[in-house]
Amino acid sequence: MKRSDINWRIGGPQGSGIDRIVVLLARACALNGLEVYARREYHSNIMGRHSYVDLRISSDPVTSHAETVDLLVAFEAETLCRHAWSLSPSGCLIHGADDAELSLERITYLDQRVKEDVQARLDEQGLQASTAGVLEIIRHSGVQTFAIPYKRLIKMLAQDPDVSRREAELTRNTLAAAASCALLGYPQNHLLSALEQTFADRPHVLAINRRALGLAYEFVAGEFGQGACKMRLPAGKVGEPRLLLNGTQSVALGKLAAGMGFQSYYPISPASDESTFLEEHGRVPLKNGEEGGPLTVQTEDELAAIAMACGVALTGARSATATSGPGFSLMAEGLGWAGMNEVPVVVTLYQRGGPSTGMPTRTEQGELQFAIHAGHGEFPRMVLASGDLNECFHDAAQAFNYAERYQVPVIHLLDKALTSTVQTVPSFDLKSVRIERGERYRVEEDQDVRCPRFAITESGVSPRPFLGQPGGEHWLTGVEHTVEGRVNEDPLIREQMMDKRARKLEWAAHEIPAEEKLRIYGAPETPLTIVSWGSNKGAVLDALVRLKSDGINARLVQLRILWPFPATELSGLLVEAAPLVVIESNQSGQLAALMREQTGYTCDHLIVKYSGRPFSGEALHKVLRSVHDGTAQQRIVVSNPYE
Amino acid sequence: MAIEQSFTEKDYKSEYSVDWCPGCGDFGIQRALESALAVLGLPPHRVAVFGGIGCSGKTPYNLAVYGVHTLHGRLLPFASGAKLANPELTVIAAGGDGDGLGIGAGHFVNSGRRNLDLTYILFNNGVYGLTKGQPSPTLGLGEQTKSMHQKNLHESVNPLILAAASGYTWIGRGYAYDKHHLEELIIQAIEHPGLSYLDVLQPCPRYNDLQTRDWYAGKDSEPPQNRLYSLQEEGYDPLISENAGEDQIKAGIARCMEKACQWGDRIPTGVFLRNLARPRYLDLIAEQIPAYSSTPPANYPIADAEGRSLADLSGILSKLTVG
Repeated sequence: MKRSDINWRIGGPQGSGIDRIVVLLARACALNGLEVYARREYHSNIMGRHSYVDLRISSDPVTSHAETVDLLVAFEAETLCRHAWSLSPSGCLIHGADDAELSLERITYLDQRVKEDVQARLDEQGLQASTAGVLEIIRHSGVQTFAIPYKRLIKMLAQDPDVSRREAELTRNTLAAAASCALLGYPQNHLLSALEQTFADRPHVLAINRRALGLAYEFVAGEFGQGACKMRLPAGKVGEPRLLLNGTQSVALGKLAAGMGFQSYYPISPASDESTFLEEHGRVPLKNGEEGGPLTVQTEDELAAIAMACGVALTGARSATATSGPGFSLMAEGLGWAGMNEVPVVVTLYQRGGPSTGMPTRTEQGELQFAIHAGHGEFPRMVLASGDLNECFHDAAQAFNYAERYQVPVIHLLDKALTSTVQTVPSFDLKSVRIERGERYRVEEDQDVRCPRFAITESGVSPRPFLGQPGGEHWLTGVEHTVEGRVNEDPLIREQMMDKRARKLEWAAHEIPAEEKLRIYGAPETPLTIVSWGSNKGAVLDALVRLKSDGINARLVQLRILWPFPATELSGLLVEAAPLVVIESNQSGQLAALMREQTGYTCDHLIVKYSGRPFSGEALHKVLRSVHDGTAQQRIVVSNPYE
Repeated sequence: MAIEQSFTEKDYKSEYSVDWCPGCGDFGIQRALESALAVLGLPPHRVAVFGGIGCSGKTPYNLAVYGVHTLHGRLLPFASGAKLANPELTVIAAGGDGDGLGIGAGHFVNSGRRNLDLTYILFNNGVYGLTKGQPSPTLGLGEQTKSMHQKNLHESVNPLILAAASGYTWIGRGYAYDKHHLEELIIQAIEHPGLSYLDVLQPCPRYNDLQTRDWYAGKDSEPPQNRLYSLQEEGYDPLISENAGEDQIKAGIARCMEKACQWGDRIPTGVFLRNLARPRYLDLIAEQIPAYSSTPPANYPIADAEGRSLADLSGILSKLTVG
């Protein structure tokens, strides 16, 4: 059975190299011209707890994960118990031979709630409380199951005097990837190329993995027969080379393209991946023959991270800091200082489940209102949100242009789902990146007055001197101040400066073209209107395609600049909207509230998900169908107990 | 051709009505700083003075250089950012004891871990003056100044020992009313290749009625006996030379800490530590990023005349390319 896409779920304990197997399989598929979308779920834990990846492989671009699993690779019993129920009846399960008969009680980290649920399913069928029972149920529903004796295969590898037991153990991922491919009847050569790419600089490791690959293919051929699984991978479309990367990497690349000179950070999930990527790959050659790339500094905390980033920005270097919710809470004071002193600083905010420590490795869009309001007092800032990897790249670069043009802090909102997902995408269009530095302060000849750092202008933007510039000396202060930066609490000066700062945002709202603020997808004139933001974009687009094949038209209005809120542009689009649906990954409907406040439009349906897991197109499709049919509630909570 | 320019104290003074109380020790520090800048002949545009929050944090207001009044406690990270991006700047951080040792203690310690060329002047008066005299982290246990309603139940922290433990490579102490000595110390602190910490005993005439000008002058004893003495006049050598071994470094830091413990009837001033054995943070960065010395973040070109990015990402992108 050859389908246009399949969903391959791989689960195992953290630290067992799930990411490695995903990279291998993703590369092997991408090399064959297939599109790959790998959504990752993991715990805040170094090793042992359950993690998994949904690897969706398709002939066409993929924008969302799927919830129905076609092929499940289980490295541990927990994966089996938790995910077996998501298998399609025509699906296939590949598990370790040792996990075939394990009592539920012995599965250490399996949540009590899931244990009870599985127990109930087994009791109903009169089966024993073990993985054997689970296997029996799914086999009965039509799923093919294959047991792979990893231990035996590893032992065989270790018989080679050149291979240590530890080295052989580390090939478990390659064995699993190869066994899966062999069962699918996928030729060895793509996986082999992926291995060669992965271990290009480690010939010894490559040799061992090559052996493991051969061994797994031989085992499958002998035990089950090559291609024993009924399913087949879709056909690849040979085309242009594509990038295979995730969101943090896309953001980092955008920053490099923008000429960022400095990034500060304090380790936090899931934001730090971006900064460590910059530390590893941040030295970039410049076209003038010199070398560039940012200085990346790990500070003592996020209070220091934003303060240091501001100190850098004062000298004229493009400066940013990257963090997640708890760190952003600490940055609120620095954000206010940047607002008051009109400092162009970029804060990349990777949202995760909150409040407090919340769910550090799960996704959420809980910080939209916080990003817009963080800090005491009133000051202008811009808030952008990216919806896919291409936008991650371009928005990360564009954030610096906005910051320097309007001399405001810019918050670039992302979330864990978007940024940890590994995808194939067309290469970024570097040529379209434009760098705008905003208005610079120039010293007039014979000038004898001090630089008017906060000169009153029509746009509110004052030409900006850089620390160290001759003749540009000025004062900066978080206290209310005059044009020269002199501390002043005169009522009229206060009003003048508050208005000047506020005017910059009005200017931005007026000047920025509508296509930078929002984008419309689907049938443009359709009444069924979905308003959403951030990573939901991919799932909504996936749902729109599914709806269309049902004969239902809908459109998505994706908001990309959330502050200043594009009230005029959005209002114009909502006049004919019926029904009006808002989709977001939080509990309270922050965008729906903001939209109501800014445009007066209240949504007819609010679709939310706040389990810490992202929406899928598959789930949204069902919900949107009910909206279309008129059977949906006003508030719809999307949930999946087995994610 | 560059023209040699000389500067006088006047070039650093701003025409601004300073709102410190009459008799405040802050005036002495500010004047010493102006003189030190003039002696060093630093062009005003190459000097950035950062202030924390509190009376001391207002120092940048009074100087005609780049003056940056920051946030409570965050003085050092702000100042560090400017120096890291533009190492040609002479960066001076001026803050109080509450700022640096209370709300900013984390930055006080962690800045010590980066031996960045900054001069940190801490105005040490034992109280939070601007909020009307609450005890600061340097007021002793059991002490009670006149605006406090009860005795201080917190131990004081010794900033010199903390600085030595954190890795500051130049540590000194001056007195706000000894402008000449203070000026000399500020010059040394600025010239030191690395992070310097200058503790300035700065009586707050309004709120600290314990460590007053008279108290430092020892007027409470008969005959009056000045509590302050100069380490250097007594032959103390603070130097740890560039090629010192581990043992010599440890011994030098221990000497500094021992002197820093002295308080009461005899209070040392002068240079406690001058450690040249530790690498500069800027040099370490340049080792890791060779281009940093010639083109630090503030200077490196990022776009051509049409605004096109100069970054050549082909190398990184090829690593991420498949198919």
